[in-house]
Amino acid sequence: MPESKTLGDRTRGMGEIVEVAGKVTELAPFGNTLAEMAASRPEIVGLTADMGRYSDILPFRDAHPDRFFNVGMAEQNLIMIAAGLSKVGKIAYCTTYSVFITRRAYDFVAIACAHSKANVKIFAGMPGLVNGYGATHQATEDLNMMRGIADLTIIDPCDATELKQVVRAVADIPGTVYVRNLRGKVPVELPADYRFEVGKAKVLKEGDGDTGIIATGYMSARALDAARIVAGEGRDVGVLHVGTIKPFDTAGVLEFARRHKRLIVAENHKTTGGLGTLVIEALYDAGICKPLSRIGLADGFFECGSQEYLEAKYQVDLPRFLEVIREG
Amino acid sequence: MELRNHPPSEPDVPALKARALNLRRKMMGMASGKGEGYIAQGLGIADCLAALYFHEMRHDPANPDWDGRDRFLLSTGHYSIAMYAVLAEAGYLDDGELPTYGLNGSALPMSTFDETVGVEIVGGSLGHGLGQAVGMAMGLRLDNSSARVFCEFSDGELDEGSTWEAAMGAATFKCDKLVALIDCNGIQADGPVTVAIEPVADKMRAFGFETYEINGNDMAALVEALAACREANGKPKAIVLRTTPGFGIPTIMARERAHFVRVGNDEWDSLIEELERENA
Repeated sequence: MPESKTLGDRTRGMGEIVEVAGKVTELAPFGNTLAEMAASRPEIVGLTADMGRYSDILPFRDAHPDRFFNVGMAEQNLIMIAAGLSKVGKIAYCTTYSVFITRRAYDFVAIACAHSKANVKIFAGMPGLVNGYGATHQATEDLNMMRGIADLTIIDPCDATELKQVVRAVADIPGTVYVRNLRGKVPVELPADYRFEVGKAKVLKEGDGDTGIIATGYMSARALDAARIVAGEGRDVGVLHVGTIKPFDTAGVLEFARRHKRLIVAENHKTTGGLGTLVIEALYDAGICKPLSRIGLADGFFECGSQEYLEAKYQVDLPRFLEVIREG
Repeated sequence: MELRNHPPSEPDVPALKARALNLRRKMMGMASGKGEGYIAQGLGIADCLAALYFHEMRHDPANPDWDGRDRFLLSTGHYSIAMYAVLAEAGYLDDGELPTYGLNGSALPMSTFDETVGVEIVGGSLGHGLGQAVGMAMGLRLDNSSARVFCEFSDGELDEGSTWEAAMGAATFKCDKLVALIDCNGIQADGPVTVAIEPVADKMRAFGFETYEINGNDMAALVEALAACREANGKPKAIVLRTTPGFGIPTIMARERAHFVRVGNDEWDSLIEELERENA
């Protein structure tokens, strides 16, 4: 029986904090920010479907117990109750895993929430390969599914800096919002002066116009890491972070794309139906044809394991970024 | 018409029956000439809606968004014909709008949207009503509101797992200002209810609801059960309404496939005459 020496050797418990080597991190940015902002906004309520611990909403529960509701393992009911609360004037932040919101409660998000422009803010945990529990727990097609819902805002934050701003911003974005939540020790990647704007892609690094990476979620941070490494090889790679998937910043993406000879699109999601597809649609509609590589997950169901193992096996890790950049 | 008072004055059952007849007249007018529709369900639920909107509920047609209003959620969006009839009878809608029911571009669509004045939720994707009613009741309680929440849903919706998730939620969160109105008319899209949903009342009791079971087309029983549901005892309330599709017009009551009943263009006048004759 192989001896387990490091956390990277095995599937970790979901309550176990993932160590992020060499990164400055912040603990529970979602829950702490929500607890803080709710102190001055009595209309905010928080809900979970038995995933309080694993969604980081417990700081809110502890600060505002009268406004916190655990509905049990009932994701349809989570969304229905959130919709009902919003329809009597509340702003309902609700949490569970992305997979359960998207695959199990889709109709309720679409009709009870988005169709009514209900003030429901869904913080959907452990997107993509963040979760090591296999396909049952890995939301690898959630962007594809959710972008099909009208009047739904979709946000995939990069890091703790952005996530904290998103938690505050969504309270004032009308209607229903789906956020890919990051939990536990969340890396701080973006500079302190970074400003999230809904619907706006942000250039995180200007390059020399050769290779430009268009990324979303924490893959934008990985793109920055890769850019720093290849800078020593004389490559000056540009990085655009698409924090809002819907509404999609077509103009911002096209402007960035026009300035680069070749593009790489990177996402913690399948390569179909998510950011890659959105970029290709935008380019095609604008009549732009350029070399484009996609970093993301192939179609399939993915196995259990540590995040490091899964990211390497399914080709979304840092070496894969370097490999694709160096192909150009 | 003072509808903001609560508790309401003593029920005037004959007056409420007259309201229910008016609802049926409006529905027949809306459906007339359209050949088919959900008229059977509308006629079946008319008495309940009359009892709610003209006796039990606090609301204000001149101020549809009044925060203190009692909420009525129609989970069965395809019962929209009954919803529009009662909204018009109460003064939320103009009678002149009713003939547009179901027509292209109408503000009174075949299945309810919450853009229509007086309509609280998008109905029609079944199993969505009760959970939203639970959320509303929880939110109103946070605001120390005395407003109550009434949610109509059908026996067919007891097939949906989400209804039972919501029922457990109502008991868990002690939503005692929530009243579930379960329209047990025995029909679904493909015919009679086929899933083993009975005994509905016992199931609701087991799920923590204070439950009453009545003839849903008996106005005196309706107002009595609704009055019993006012008690603040920490338990959600349910009224199992045994209704007859097409109630008030025996020919429709007897028609097969009553979920989406077919009525010939030459039949409407005689059916309207039958409604008047039966309820004279």
